[in-house]
Amino acid sequence: MSESPVVLEMKGITKQFPGVLANDDVDFDLRHGEVHALLGENGAGKSTLMSVLYGLYHQDEGEIVVHGERVRMDSPKDAIGRGIGMVHQHFMLIPVMTVAENIVLAEEPTRAGVFLDLAAARRSVEETARRFNFAIDPEARIENISVGQQQRVEILKALYRKADILILDEPTAVLTPQEAKELFAILRGLVADGMSIIFISHKLNEVLEIADRITVLRRGKKIETLPAAGATEAGLASLMVGREVLLRVEKGPAQPGEPLLEVDELGVLDDRELPAVRGVTFQVRSGEIVGIAGVDGNGQTELVEALTGLRGVESGRFSVAGRDVTHAGTHRILDAGLGHIPEDRHRRGLVLDFTLAENIALHDFDRAPNSRFGWLRPGRLVARARELLAEFDVRGGGPETLAKSLSGGNQQKVVVAREVGNDPKVLVAAQPTRGLDVGAIEFVHRRLVEERDQGRAVLLVSLELEEVLSLSDRILVMYEGELVAEFGPEVTEEECGIAMLGGGQEEASAA
Amino acid sequence: MTTAPTVHPPAAPDPGEESAAGTLARWHRTGGLVAPVITALLAFLVGGLVVLATGSNPIDVYKGIWNGAGLEWFYDVGSNQVGLPFSDATVWFPWDTSSASAENLQQTLILWTTLVLTGLAVAFAFRCGLFNIGGQGQYFVGAYFAIWVGSSFAGMNSALHITLAVVVAALAGAAWAGIAGILKATTGAHEVISTIMLNWIAYYTGLYLFGQGGPLQNDLQPFSPTSNEVVDGARLPVFWGDPLLQGLHMGMFLAFAALVAFWIIINRTTLGYEVRAVGFSPDAARYGGISVARNYFLAMAISGVFAGMAGAVDMLGWRFSIGFSDIQSSSIGFVGIAVALLGRNTALGVGLAALVFAALGNGTAARNIPPEVFDIPEQAGNLSLTIQALVLLFIGADIVILYLWAKTGQKIGVGRRSPL
Repeated sequence: MSESPVVLEMKGITKQFPGVLANDDVDFDLRHGEVHALLGENGAGKSTLMSVLYGLYHQDEGEIVVHGERVRMDSPKDAIGRGIGMVHQHFMLIPVMTVAENIVLAEEPTRAGVFLDLAAARRSVEETARRFNFAIDPEARIENISVGQQQRVEILKALYRKADILILDEPTAVLTPQEAKELFAILRGLVADGMSIIFISHKLNEVLEIADRITVLRRGKKIETLPAAGATEAGLASLMVGREVLLRVEKGPAQPGEPLLEVDELGVLDDRELPAVRGVTFQVRSGEIVGIAGVDGNGQTELVEALTGLRGVESGRFSVAGRDVTHAGTHRILDAGLGHIPEDRHRRGLVLDFTLAENIALHDFDRAPNSRFGWLRPGRLVARARELLAEFDVRGGGPETLAKSLSGGNQQKVVVAREVGNDPKVLVAAQPTRGLDVGAIEFVHRRLVEERDQGRAVLLVSLELEEVLSLSDRILVMYEGELVAEFGPEVTEEECGIAMLGGGQEEASAA
Repeated sequence: MTTAPTVHPPAAPDPGEESAAGTLARWHRTGGLVAPVITALLAFLVGGLVVLATGSNPIDVYKGIWNGAGLEWFYDVGSNQVGLPFSDATVWFPWDTSSASAENLQQTLILWTTLVLTGLAVAFAFRCGLFNIGGQGQYFVGAYFAIWVGSSFAGMNSALHITLAVVVAALAGAAWAGIAGILKATTGAHEVISTIMLNWIAYYTGLYLFGQGGPLQNDLQPFSPTSNEVVDGARLPVFWGDPLLQGLHMGMFLAFAALVAFWIIINRTTLGYEVRAVGFSPDAARYGGISVARNYFLAMAISGVFAGMAGAVDMLGWRFSIGFSDIQSSSIGFVGIAVALLGRNTALGVGLAALVFAALGNGTAARNIPPEVFDIPEQAGNLSLTIQALVLLFIGADIVILYLWAKTGQKIGVGRRSPL
């Protein structure tokens, strides 16, 4: 690629928050017509850097040069005025308004200065959409269109405001693989049209796929800017984490034994009393990892809650290690040998105001040796916690530390330590790596495989298709409360993705 | 006063995870002790300004309250004799146990006894995430049953009679609070609403029972709207002071025992573990297999035990009867809320906060304030209420104070790069 002119330059950006140096002397530049990826773990300072650029924060030090002019961004308005548009991770759209109304918001065309000219709005939105080749209906309401389309509306909004620099903050986090592919096609079209794009992500494969250049941030500092051509996932991962990381989970073939979790025609209602899980049947055998893939909101959460006693079962039954525990309640299900890594560790997984020792005893505080005749033995709690914290390499505190003062990765290690430490027969892991960085993800993945190899039955429920594919020995796809497909570990993302959108041909209710 | 600044050079490889955790833990520890003290001091300071505005001298007033509460007794050291309780023997003792200030101190400690129990009633529920506004009603119910048992069964063995009356009162309080607990556990009815309603039910039930023509009205004085007297055998023995002049009764040891029991239950039993888990995070508790509903009920019932015992020690210790106007003017259960809040729902905190409020309440009693301090004696009682209200106000504010403190602490704790 020839050296295009630089459209944006950030020099020596430093941003300090109480207790954290979020950006430390970061340099960043963007050339005309390129996709420049900003790669880093959670908390590496990517979002802070872009928020500085977009005028949401003001840098403590450093300068921003846009189109050769030194500028000061005091608010997003300044940034928009300089041709910078941002698509946030969480969309800033008004659900009850139409696409066109959302796009022209704050810059509405008016007649006679005061009257809203919706026809003109629609026309100019249509024109913008046509120019950039977007397939979108300006009259559709936001609440009625898909997440992928909503994202396109956000991009259109930026284009409508004459942005020529576009910031996308983790744009694929909310998309299915197919939608991500479509997004990439759109981005390529925009770049060909002369747009310059900053693409924030922590996913290595998509960065390699879409970016021309990659800048890696780690703990607030710029580590390196390198061309995407020639870069490898392993190389980027070690730049991100600062050490060698195992990306692909190393595991041998599964050696399934007897079924430990048996689910039979299970039906579960959601909070609105509507069927969320509709007659699901499957088994998880000892020594295998069964992954449940699916787009968010297709009944996975309700399924996990039912299996762990947190939600009532409407129909059907399930058993853990041969014991029917359909209506047994959480306490007895756990006693039957189920471990549960919950999808929300802050709400469920931990009592944040408890110490780590108390948290680790959450299931078995009422059993010897943790207690006897109702008397708690804090010394035992601490001793046991000390063992497990060492074994699971939890850093940032000891048994007497409050759970809320640990980092997310270490909190999750505490949860895993407790659930695995209780020696369960069945381990249900729901979104076990959500919000974790590469190092902690590696740890959790390795541990899940180890537990499988020790003969536990592992049920993995995740919205990260890649995670399901790389860990699972069998993959079940859940769509609208039903299991619509079953695959072996060799399935491709595309096949699986199609089934996740309800396009599966095999109506397999897995054995 | 703030935590030691830990300065990280900008190039520090890790922005101090360990020290952040340490700072937080330190903040919790010191905040637990420092904040209530600051709260109380601020309340007394502003209360002093109020006194100043009314034209009196705050220093004289606070000295008057201090002495009226009997606290001067502690530094009036000399060579005295003290009689051992329940015997004729005497031993040497540094303090004069029968001075006027000793009598004041006895009154303060009598009030302390009740406030500890009503304070624990609020604190225990709080640890389970429940706001028990019903201490007053549970106190009433405990008092009614204590009066009923204490004024019946004349001639029963004294120790047995007292025990029976206290136990029945405690169970009655537990049942009364348990109603709110069951409603919360089964239907989700908010305990604030249901306990307030139960307070009124208990209130009017008492007015009916002991009022003119009520079923439990005094047998001997048909025109006095009051209960029967607790018989001698059911009265708590006085171990300090003159029993005829309302000396300090043995109920004080019950309050001590309740503080110890509270601490043990909360910190050393599986029940306390469950209660705290539910109090901090019902979702996490449920996930851990703990029955949230069961703990809501148990926490309320145990709260009711404390409040019911408060009613019992008052009736058996120094009131000996309850009348129409006693019920109308009682607010000791509500003061318990202030005690629990100032004491941050811990055993030690409740013990100390009860002492503050007991001294304040007794020290501002009109009879204890020298006439030259206030022209109008009622002003003293109003000052007591003013300070109570200020304490409550500043307890709300201490969260803000701690928050600001934490923020500035963090600013100090961060190394800023030199602007040059």
